[in-house]
Amino acid sequence: MSFPYRRSAATAASAGLLLSLGLALAACGAGGGGSEQVVRVYTGRHYDLEEAFARFSDETGISVEFLNGSDSELRERIAAEGEDTQADVFMTVDAANLAEAADEGIFAPLDSQVLDEAVPASLRDPENRWFGLSIRARTIVYSTERLQQDEVPTHYADLADPAWQGRVCLRDSSNTYTQSLVASLVANRGEEEARRIVAGWADNAEILANDVLVLESIADGRCDVGITNHYYLARKLEEDPDFPVGLVWAEQDGDGTHVNISGAGVTTYADDPELAQRLIEWLATDGQATFAGGNHELPVNPGVAADDLVTERFGTDFVRDDLNAAEIGRRNADAVRLMDDVGYR
Amino acid sequence: MSATADAPPRPAGPGAAAADSAPRSVQLSAADRVSAAAWPAVAVLAAALVLAPVAFLAGGLLDPAVEVWQQQWRTRLPGELLQTAGLLVGVGVGTVLLGGALAWLVSAYRFPGSRILAWALVAPLAVPGYVLGFVVLSVAGYTGPIQGSWRAAFGQTARFADVESLGGAIVVFTLVLYPYVYLLARAALADQAGTANDVARSLGAGPVEAMRRVTGPLLRPAIAAGAGLVMMETLTDYATVQYFGVDTVSVGLFRIWRGTFDRDAAAEFAILLLVVALLVVAVERALRGRARFGQAGGAGAGMTPRRLTGWRGALATVTCLAVLVPAFLAPVTQLGVWAVAEAAGPRGTPLVSRFGGYLANSLVLAVTAAVACVVVAVLLANAQRFSSWRPGALAVRAATAGYGLPGPVLAIGVVLALVALDAALGLLGWGLPGAVATGSFVGLVYAYTIRFLAPALGAVEAGIGQVPDEVTASARSLGRRPAGVLAAVHLPLARTSVLTAAVIVGIDAIKELPIVLLLRPFGFDTLSVWTYNLASESRFQQAALPALAIVAVALVPVLALAGYHRRLGSRP
Repeated sequence: MSFPYRRSAATAASAGLLLSLGLALAACGAGGGGSEQVVRVYTGRHYDLEEAFARFSDETGISVEFLNGSDSELRERIAAEGEDTQADVFMTVDAANLAEAADEGIFAPLDSQVLDEAVPASLRDPENRWFGLSIRARTIVYSTERLQQDEVPTHYADLADPAWQGRVCLRDSSNTYTQSLVASLVANRGEEEARRIVAGWADNAEILANDVLVLESIADGRCDVGITNHYYLARKLEEDPDFPVGLVWAEQDGDGTHVNISGAGVTTYADDPELAQRLIEWLATDGQATFAGGNHELPVNPGVAADDLVTERFGTDFVRDDLNAAEIGRRNADAVRLMDDVGYR
Repeated sequence: MSATADAPPRPAGPGAAAADSAPRSVQLSAADRVSAAAWPAVAVLAAALVLAPVAFLAGGLLDPAVEVWQQQWRTRLPGELLQTAGLLVGVGVGTVLLGGALAWLVSAYRFPGSRILAWALVAPLAVPGYVLGFVVLSVAGYTGPIQGSWRAAFGQTARFADVESLGGAIVVFTLVLYPYVYLLARAALADQAGTANDVARSLGAGPVEAMRRVTGPLLRPAIAAGAGLVMMETLTDYATVQYFGVDTVSVGLFRIWRGTFDRDAAAEFAILLLVVALLVVAVERALRGRARFGQAGGAGAGMTPRRLTGWRGALATVTCLAVLVPAFLAPVTQLGVWAVAEAAGPRGTPLVSRFGGYLANSLVLAVTAAVACVVVAVLLANAQRFSSWRPGALAVRAATAGYGLPGPVLAIGVVLALVALDAALGLLGWGLPGAVATGSFVGLVYAYTIRFLAPALGAVEAGIGQVPDEVTASARSLGRRPAGVLAAVHLPLARTSVLTAAVIVGIDAIKELPIVLLLRPFGFDTLSVWTYNLASESRFQQAALPALAIVAVALVPVLALAGYHRRLGSRP
């Protein structure tokens, strides 16, 4: 027998060893946990969850395990897993995915007085299958260096005006926040008018890949105005209080500023729906400040104050578009097609 | 490892063979028939396993979403196809030129720093495309310091190259992906292509003629294989292209899937991507040429490098650095600066205490995926060798389809296939416990094997393809069964390629994000998941430390491979 044979036998043996080691380690990783109470969450939201969940565990003795990912893929995973899913709670950063999940039968309706009181009707499913837990306002931002207060546009449609040609930065149509804003325009003003506005945006705007780029581009003089979620600006201001971009609450004399939600529901095949419901109830009440405030989002619960920076710099006393999040979700696909049609990239 | 051990088994003398084989010949041919049928069966089985998830996605084609196609054709699809084609051609040409030229430079010449540069040039493979894309945009994009100083110096409206563009994306992909071409071309040059070049030169051919008539054709399969991998990676990317505002078919697929919730239409777009991938494969096959090259007498000794001195040597060194700095040194330095700033800042880097767990998970996954991919790739490559049954060969090609699908699409296909398997087993009373079917390590490795089989197979085939048919045939005629030939002849001769395959898969697995994000079990977070968690809310600079960790971990196999190549190069 020649050398090569023995060597490849050794290679095969070590490969097998590594493989079994890998499986063993994975098994260890997946195992653990005993009879203690656990809620398992699939979540498209990442930031500051740890802190909120840790506090929940401290207060209730129920531990929370979570698996994060992106909204749509997690929704597909729960749908495919069916009865076998480990998810007790599904949490997203956008209303359209909640509405779609409800349509697919992923959520079980909840009968909860706590949630009925804590979450305003426009921020939850009409059939109580999911509940908003924090508010993300999408509004107009502008350069405080190049625009006077009275020059700042206050309507989404203003940015479609030829006067703003080449002075606008917006986010691309693949983004869920852009989609939900356009969906709200379709719902509030009809297809025709929404089409006219979005076509005007496409003519005027530089389309960028994320909200942070929109804000930095305004600061650097690439454009004078834009539309972003409010908390991205809050983060910038937290790092640099003199960041030269300001915010106006849009549509105050009309439909109100468009808001999206981060929210959650209990899954149809949850192992312990009551525990899962307790987590959502806690997040909508005692956990509001940690859950929403940590990321400078606005609480859904009217009895809870927004974090200091948002309150001081932006003011929280503004008219919010109270179009139901489910309605926005339902128009999401129309919004995407509309943006394709008018050439909004 | 001595040179003798690397040599193939010497054919025994004719007398010995005749004396030994005569009485056993009947028995052998019966066994032969069994194994001749077994090898293509292996290929078909592997292809079936790989294609099951694809089949679940393609099921919707029976009832196509005609309206969506019409609407997309009227609006964005033509532009997306054009941009996709432009991106593929640009990145393909860029990586072949860069990877091929650099491989030649470090194989054919010695110049100051050439030994270190030869392995350092593989390092960009450790940088995920999405990471380099972000660093480039942060530094050289409109809001970055370079353009900031440019405007400060020449005025607010001073023109600067548009970085957020197709061109910018081509540069980024070329810089992170050229090592595929470089690695495979170097492996070929270290083996027979290099030897043949030396022989051609010693027989009086000039450098150009030797390249055109001898070395070029021998290198072509390796370069074509590398370029094929590069184009597939580019085709299925959707994060980097979106940063750069390039509107590709993948971006369209995700807009339809996530924005209109039309899974079936999105699956049909995935099939369109597969068709493009098949075109890439066809082009790659055509470029490899019809000829098969084998060399009797075992692995080549590689080429004898010539020494470059004076300005020629300096030019060679500068050329290598001109690639290495923007592709690796500068972005890694920038990540380091950010990581230090974040760690020193008030927030610190979140979850850093769990680094050990993330690292262990990444390593376990990468090693397991590499082993699984290489085992399947070796079986498939040999199935082709031992059988000329056409459906078997077709099955081998089909088995690489997973590389032409974006990760999340493939992952959903895997979930659907595993759920169906679970249901089928349930009917037989063997139901898998709980969610083993989806959120399990086994499912994850299954998905990785499907995803990365193509690069593994490409590398293994390149190696086994260089083993001459005559060597296989003599080993078989001397009484070895295919499995024995595989173990005693093919694997030892192709070991560089097999190792290269394992390393490529391992590195890819460490960098991979969308599949692990979607299919991982509860608690199984890896380095790339950690990066994603921080980057997903546009907190990119916080993600610098985890991104650096990915690069550092992926560098280990890269350097190991480079070191192995170096020992090969200095072998007597």
